[in-house]
Amino acid sequence: MAKAIKIAAPAPAERRAALAGQELSAAGVTLAVLPPAERISLRAPDASIAALSKALGVTLPRKPKTSASRAGRTALWLGPDEWLVIDEAEKDPLADCAKVTVLHSAVGISHRNVAISVTGPAAATTINSGCPQDLSLGAFPVGAASRTILGKVEIVLLRTAADTFRVECWRSFSDYVFTFLSEAAGDAAA
Amino acid sequence: MIAAFRIPGAGRLKQAETARFSFDGQSYSGVEGDTLASALLANGVHLVGRSFKYHRPRGFLSAGAEEPNALVEIKRDAARKTPNVRATVQELYDGLTAQSQNRWPSLSFDVGAVNDIASPLFSAGFYYKTFMWPKAAWKNFYEPKIRAAAGLGVAPDQPDPDHYSARFAHCDVLVLGGGAAGIAAALAAAETGVRVILADEQADFGGSLRFESGAQIEGQDGFAWAQAAVAKLRDMDNVRVLSRTTAFGYYAQNFVGLVERVSDHLRNPGGELPRERLWQVRAKRVVLATGAIERHMVFADNDRPGIMLASAARTYLNHYGVAVGRNVGVYTANDSAYAAAIDLKKAGVDVAAIIDLRDNPTGPVIDEARALGIEVNFGRAAIRAGGKLRVSSMTVQPKNGGGERTIPVDAILMSAGWTPSVHLFSQSRGKVAFNDETKRFVPGTYAQDCVSVGACNGTDGLSATIDEAYAAGAKAAKDAGASVVKGTKPKVDASESWSRGMLGAAPGAGPDTTVKAFVDFQNDVTAKDIRQAVHEGMHSIEHVKRFTTNGMATDQGKTSNMHGLAIAAETLGKPIPQVGLTTFRAPYTPVTFGSIIGHARGPLFDPTRKTAIHPWAEAQGAVFEDVGQWKRAWYFPKAGEDMHAAVDRECVTVRKTAGLFDASTLGKIEVVGPDAAKFMELLYTNPWEKLEPGRCRYGIMLREDGFIYDDGVVGRLAPDRFHVTTTTGGAPRVMNHMEDYLQTEFPHLNVWLTSITEQWAVIAVQGPKSRDIIAPLVEGIDMSDEALPHMSVREGRICGVPTRLFRMSFTGERGFEVNVPADYGQAVWEALWAEGQKHGACAYGTETMHVLRAEKGYIIVGQDTDGTVTPNDAGLDWAVGKKKTDFVGIRGMARPDLVAKGRKQLVGLKTKDPKVVLEEGAQIVEDPKQAIPMKMIGHVTSSYWSENCGRSIALALVAGGRDRMGETLYVPMPDGTIEVEVTGMVFFDEKGERLNG
Amino acid sequence: MLLIRCPYCEEERPELEFRNAGEAHIARSANMAGETDDDFEKFFFIRSNPKGIIYERWRHMHGCARFFNAVRDTVSDKFLMTYKAGEPKPAKLPGAAK
Repeated sequence: MAKAIKIAAPAPAERRAALAGQELSAAGVTLAVLPPAERISLRAPDASIAALSKALGVTLPRKPKTSASRAGRTALWLGPDEWLVIDEAEKDPLADCAKVTVLHSAVGISHRNVAISVTGPAAATTINSGCPQDLSLGAFPVGAASRTILGKVEIVLLRTAADTFRVECWRSFSDYVFTFLSEAAGDAAA
Repeated sequence: MIAAFRIPGAGRLKQAETARFSFDGQSYSGVEGDTLASALLANGVHLVGRSFKYHRPRGFLSAGAEEPNALVEIKRDAARKTPNVRATVQELYDGLTAQSQNRWPSLSFDVGAVNDIASPLFSAGFYYKTFMWPKAAWKNFYEPKIRAAAGLGVAPDQPDPDHYSARFAHCDVLVLGGGAAGIAAALAAAETGVRVILADEQADFGGSLRFESGAQIEGQDGFAWAQAAVAKLRDMDNVRVLSRTTAFGYYAQNFVGLVERVSDHLRNPGGELPRERLWQVRAKRVVLATGAIERHMVFADNDRPGIMLASAARTYLNHYGVAVGRNVGVYTANDSAYAAAIDLKKAGVDVAAIIDLRDNPTGPVIDEARALGIEVNFGRAAIRAGGKLRVSSMTVQPKNGGGERTIPVDAILMSAGWTPSVHLFSQSRGKVAFNDETKRFVPGTYAQDCVSVGACNGTDGLSATIDEAYAAGAKAAKDAGASVVKGTKPKVDASESWSRGMLGAAPGAGPDTTVKAFVDFQNDVTAKDIRQAVHEGMHSIEHVKRFTTNGMATDQGKTSNMHGLAIAAETLGKPIPQVGLTTFRAPYTPVTFGSIIGHARGPLFDPTRKTAIHPWAEAQGAVFEDVGQWKRAWYFPKAGEDMHAAVDRECVTVRKTAGLFDASTLGKIEVVGPDAAKFMELLYTNPWEKLEPGRCRYGIMLREDGFIYDDGVVGRLAPDRFHVTTTTGGAPRVMNHMEDYLQTEFPHLNVWLTSITEQWAVIAVQGPKSRDIIAPLVEGIDMSDEALPHMSVREGRICGVPTRLFRMSFTGERGFEVNVPADYGQAVWEALWAEGQKHGACAYGTETMHVLRAEKGYIIVGQDTDGTVTPNDAGLDWAVGKKKTDFVGIRGMARPDLVAKGRKQLVGLKTKDPKVVLEEGAQIVEDPKQAIPMKMIGHVTSSYWSENCGRSIALALVAGGRDRMGETLYVPMPDGTIEVEVTGMVFFDEKGERLNG
Repeated sequence: MLLIRCPYCEEERPELEFRNAGEAHIARSANMAGETDDDFEKFFFIRSNPKGIIYERWRHMHGCARFFNAVRDTVSDKFLMTYKAGEPKPAKLPGAAK
């Protein structure tokens, strides 16, 4: 019987991200699976926003369909009390929130989501193959963020530049999303 | 070589390359830019099809999308066979292969034409009346025979190798129709800078400017102006120009469906190009510029090949440079046919006579026709066409009766007037209004933010059309938010104009005749059929339509509806507006399934979800089963094993040593907040407030009706944090159910829900050796029974990565579920597998999981329950908090029927013959000798061979089941009745000692 | 495809992002366990099915994920207005049928 606490020190388990490194180039648009990032789903009432913003170092946006970004960390408004916080600077937003005592819920979802970048002049057309939202710069400007639909799955869409979007989806849907975008990219280029 | 009927110097395809094609095996030559119709006509071919019901020979009626007759099959290869293609819109490409349809053995000799001779049998309502008796014969005899004989074309029998794409698009102004009106509207809107989409169904923009030789705009030929204007629009960044694109449906809030035919006109399609592209456009304003469609004259045998609309003959001449005959007759009630006669005469075609039904019309075209030496007759009717496979004559008579005269002709051009295309307007739920003076329905009351311009609005004349369209385009842009209006309206220098005409049957096809004067060519509906329908009691136009099938063919009555309505109105003795128009429905022209499906085929038909551990299982040769969208490892066969052998081995191995199971698909929800326990109390039957952090509990979730909705093990990680698991299939709906209550019924609770299903990969390690396998890899967790008893959870590390380690069991053995962040799932699995190998552990799949849990009597929600099972029915009363005053389902569960005696309860069943495995879903009776239908008292919900028990085992829902322990019941099956004994639900290790074994 | 105004996102969004969630303004009793059979029947089973104005719950499932209420005309299939969950039935409807 193994009763004692075993302190083993094996090599840490290898991280195998879904679709790691996949890319596709078509005329006018390039798709790339982005490297892993730290992510939390943050939920909080209005009264907690200031303290959480301070702890995270980025002001949580209050306006629908917007995002805020600072030092490699982006907070996307997903709902009136819901933000997706993505950290690409290898810092841990979950740990930052753990220090905050005001009412909130922070849950780690770094491995739940996979991000795909869609970039190039045909990026919006590519996404519009399956996304029913108006993605013109007037309706969906740089920095706009929204949970929405792509084909038959849910995605979170963030416009990071006039011709660049970040598409976030759940891990097991990433194959579908990448395949969908690949097919759409070919058509958008045609 | 120039084809026989191509007129040198005529038309716009003079410089075009030759394109060879074949029709019914015969080779022909056309030119690029031709349609299949114009190319066949250039070769003197008029006979292209047989009609639907009477199998009458048919030719081309039109030169456009309204074509009812000239439907052919286009064959590219064995898989690319498209039936019912209108030859008048199919663009020619080199190598095109087309075949006629609806004929056997050949187009010129068709056995089915006997229907024409026997046609008195096939009058309106024939199918409804004839095949009513005897009733059974319909299903077994009449319907199969009729289906074999009827139908248009043959569906392809291979999967469609092409691909289709789809796009959502948004714009400020969507202009539908690219004739003079549409182009003018698009120019006006585009010049303001707003986002404009202009779409037209044809390859070339211009609409009726293709044939109107008299139109002059901005100092040039109308068609040339159209090309220049569209080129200018194409160069503008704010404009998207879509040719070969049909707006087929106009839906709510200016949502319009369009199909773009991307590659049907290409010699070598394929590669990246889709065959078709579906556009779903949301527009702030829509401009409808859909034009008008010419009507035919209704007279006897007006369907003979060579008889066509005057505007079609003119299009073939002025655009394609093709004469539709050498000696044509004209039959009209309208000025526009004169223009056709004049153009043909000028091109060197003989015009035998113009027969005009009107008494004394006057106008410049009439004068011009006479000046060209064409015989013009007023007040006369063509009462009959001669010829069979091709028209050979027209017989003429004064319209009030009198002597007949037969004029030899090889084509007849007809025009009864023009019908505004209000299809899309009507689909938008706009109400049409009848203009008594011009005898046409035009847009009346609008229901959406759209406007009709030009011929579809009943506006006559090019100048008036462009004035109206340009103003409407500018206004639409302004209404959509444009601030600057600039640009100049195109100037019309010369135009053609005509309105009026006639509706209904002409003399000779009048009320007292029995001749075949066709109203609807595609469905073979004659004037007589419509009168008969009225006489037989169909007084509503909707009934007339269905009884006669007038307007119900694939052309949706584009040429026939107004005639049919007028004949019905005349027979009813009512004015047309009182009889009313049938509703126009989408699609405007047929739409392929491919374009509707778009990207959603093959791997994109439905998402296929795979776990992080999937690649390992695949490499091990696992057989997978579909569980919702998930692929789950079903069993892991070794060489030579079938499913039974593999499952038996896996089942025995787990209980003997251990097994590893990928449980990643289980739904997981993190419930966080100071009121987390309060919320759990409300959503689950169990008590949660007193559950210690670090401990787990099996939870049952009900719907408000008191029936089991889901279940799963819940671990309390901290006072304010629960890790909830759900069934695999239930994950999304459970999340929705919980959010619903949280947001709308219990919004006062400070708690939030986050789906973590995909954050964590879950590796179940079950069996007596499970701890020995896991322990060497774990850091920071005391794995002893004292520190980590059954139903507890700890956070720590495994293989150097974070873990939520559950001690729990769905097998009845000592067991663990190792949660690790998903990207580490496979590596941790591999490490556990390596440890497991030292102990002889196996990997097992969902089938073994099912058997092992059934051996222990653990239920699966959705298999052993079906939405009508209460906790008590399932023997789970122990999981309902007796002291609780509220939870979802507390009241529903207490309803009289849900607490009544005799409810179906979950029990175990053992077959008397232990080798017999019951069928899941099999019904259970008390007395197998009773008369059929027997009284069924329950059914089998789960049934397996249990190698561990050495016999079959089953769970069943049986009325009053728990009071029947030891009773013998019967399962009647087709090949004999099976005797079963009612037992408890636990078949293995009844005392549960192995959980700590 | 309809456009539906989400009161939380403060704009019209495509119907594909939404799910209908049944009739609105049917309150769950604070004393659920004590409800009579008749009251429970009314609460759980009985729904109105009007030709005309209906008050419905919708969820912006694939958007902000909020449940909200909507007033829809079942004849024209038009949304007259939407409002946040928990807000009372509107006293006045914009452009309501006569």
